[in-house]
Amino acid sequence: MTHLRPAITLLALFTLLLGLAYPLVLTGIASALFPHQSQGSPVVVGDQLIGSSLIGQAFAEPGYFHPRPSAGGYDPMASGGSNLGPTSAKLIERIKAEATPGIPADAVTTSASGLDPDISPENALSQVARVAKARGMPEDTIRALVQAQTESRLWGLIGEPRVHVLALNLALDALTQ
Amino acid sequence: MSINGWLQIAVTLALVLAVVLPLGRFMAALFTGERTFLHPILSHVERGFYDAAGIDPAQEQGWTSYAMAMLAFSAAGFAALYAILRLQGVLPLNPMGLPGVAPDLAFNTAVSFLTNTNWQAYSGEVTLSPLSQMAGLAVQNFLSAATGIALAMAVTRAFARSGASGLGNFWVDMTRATLYILLPLSIVVGLAFVALGVPQTLGGAMDANTLEGASQVIPLGPLASQEAIKQLGTNGGGYFNANSAHPFENPSALSNILAIWAMLAISAALPITFGRMVGSERQGWALLSAMAVLLIGGVALVYWAETAGNPIITALGVDPSLGNMEGKEIRFGQAMSALFVAVTTGLSCGAVNAMHDSLTPLGGLVPLLLIQLGEVLPGGVGSGLYGMVVFCVLAVFVAGLMVGRTPEFLGKKIEAREIRLAVLAVLILPLVILGFTALAATLPAALSSLNNQGPHGLSELLYAYSSAAGNNGSAFAGLNANTPWFNTTLGIAMMLGRFAYVLPVLAIAGSLASKTRVEASSGTFPTTSLLFVGLLVGVILILGGLQFFPALALGPIVEHVLMHASATF
Repeated sequence: MTHLRPAITLLALFTLLLGLAYPLVLTGIASALFPHQSQGSPVVVGDQLIGSSLIGQAFAEPGYFHPRPSAGGYDPMASGGSNLGPTSAKLIERIKAEATPGIPADAVTTSASGLDPDISPENALSQVARVAKARGMPEDTIRALVQAQTESRLWGLIGEPRVHVLALNLALDALTQ
Repeated sequence: MSINGWLQIAVTLALVLAVVLPLGRFMAALFTGERTFLHPILSHVERGFYDAAGIDPAQEQGWTSYAMAMLAFSAAGFAALYAILRLQGVLPLNPMGLPGVAPDLAFNTAVSFLTNTNWQAYSGEVTLSPLSQMAGLAVQNFLSAATGIALAMAVTRAFARSGASGLGNFWVDMTRATLYILLPLSIVVGLAFVALGVPQTLGGAMDANTLEGASQVIPLGPLASQEAIKQLGTNGGGYFNANSAHPFENPSALSNILAIWAMLAISAALPITFGRMVGSERQGWALLSAMAVLLIGGVALVYWAETAGNPIITALGVDPSLGNMEGKEIRFGQAMSALFVAVTTGLSCGAVNAMHDSLTPLGGLVPLLLIQLGEVLPGGVGSGLYGMVVFCVLAVFVAGLMVGRTPEFLGKKIEAREIRLAVLAVLILPLVILGFTALAATLPAALSSLNNQGPHGLSELLYAYSSAAGNNGSAFAGLNANTPWFNTTLGIAMMLGRFAYVLPVLAIAGSLASKTRVEASSGTFPTTSLLFVGLLVGVILILGGLQFFPALALGPIVEHVLMHASATF
């Protein structure tokens, strides 16, 4: 077997280069250049680690804006979607239980990751009345906050209009205090 | 569909097109042995590797020797990866204390990463330690991709050379593909991913207390380094279960563009490499045009079907303006989800930024069909190019039949031996996919894994075997594939899809390399013309696609009709 020695030697050398040196060097450069991102973009309020700005979290209280439904209940150890197909009776039953006339689609559908941090601006606006009532605040104030928190497309071109639920709720808390 | 959506798609594809020429020419220079701008840094490493492994880089290998070297390297890779997965529990760098992987899952996973499929029957976050991810999976991400590029170069030389016995040297091609192409690009793309928010750390997990006071454990890891090669090597195996839909793997619309760019760049540049090495860059553009026509057609169908949405859900009063949002992320939107769906299956990548299982029936038909067409649009790194060359051989044969002349491609006469081997290669895919799907559809042990009933259930089975045999790795992920039946049969399908396909292709290459190149005459069918591009598209659709039509009719097509009749299962 003339091919045995090159096969085993190259595999060993490449494992060291690609499996150890490459990720470790990249980790070193990343932590020096991008300390925040490389550590998972943590959100710290006071001295409390609240979560990651990239990862959605569950909100159920009426005084907070709610994220999209999640197949994994916003548990990052169980990322993924419902994987229900378009003619699934389970999917249709689930949506029927939540649907009200004119409700934005993202308010009744689970995301692909189960960790979607964003909702559509329409979805946020549809929750304004509930949040305002629970907080005893005028709807106009809450609506203005949603509008201020709505991110538009980058350079008017890239991405989709969206509202970051955690950022919006943090702004909401800041408004109350 | 919106103008903005199409503009985002156009911008992304334009960014790919911008690198096709320089990258294609760079690879052509590299694989013909010229010095490149990276040689001053990397040629010492390259020479050191050859010395340590006892390789003479000038030694030529015939097709059998080239194939044996490739198989030996794959076997060694399988053994090492299987061992790492099984022994994970006692190996270091395991902060969450995860146990060793079960035998059937370790077999399936090792085959999966070795064959550049990256089918995943497990959830990364709760199954694999950082060491298994880095030293096990990521290494094979590089090497299986480099093997694909090497094989494509061997096939290219069959046309570039005249009366030759050798196809190059597998060790040299594989080493150069890794050192000069995949590694430098991965470092650049990896750092760009970190800048855009992808974590890169050896720490285990973040323990957070959410705003409502619940505990949230957020796993971290060396993601960016993995993500870069996962996309560049058209591997597609995600660090986490949600793959490129996970906000850590793909945090924003910009990282999504980078992810799509990285998937496409090398595969789209390889036809230019091919053209340049055979002495006709125009030939490369002709191949790329055929790929682009079919791929963009696929994007358009997914985009249309997904924005049209699901009439059953609209009937419940849900506002249809966002389209079908089940299994999709807000930050990507319909256009850039559709582009990702088509690209990841036109390639043999298999990363997903939307859940394919929840696509509308026609939206889900597209990725299924693109895999079944043989993933040549533009296909996995390397594997797409040699798959396309097989279709070219068949296309000139069909053209030859119509005009009654001996077919030629790039000055090489295509004769009975080559056609027999080419047909053998293109029959592997339908044989494996339809055979295993039919078998699974009759077995209660397989059917109990389904997440959806009715025609969608058949689509789940068909997708699993298509993905495995096509070495794609994406899934209709509702299917619970982590069972001994699926781990074993999908593992076998992956091996057949890679090795049983590539051996006849290498045999064609060996036979063509030895033929002398004849000059084009007035009777030669020009293979850079628009007519040839059209013929090639037709051959891909008819030879690649038609045999799957009955199965597709019973799955996604009948589901589409039933969805409009409001039927549920």
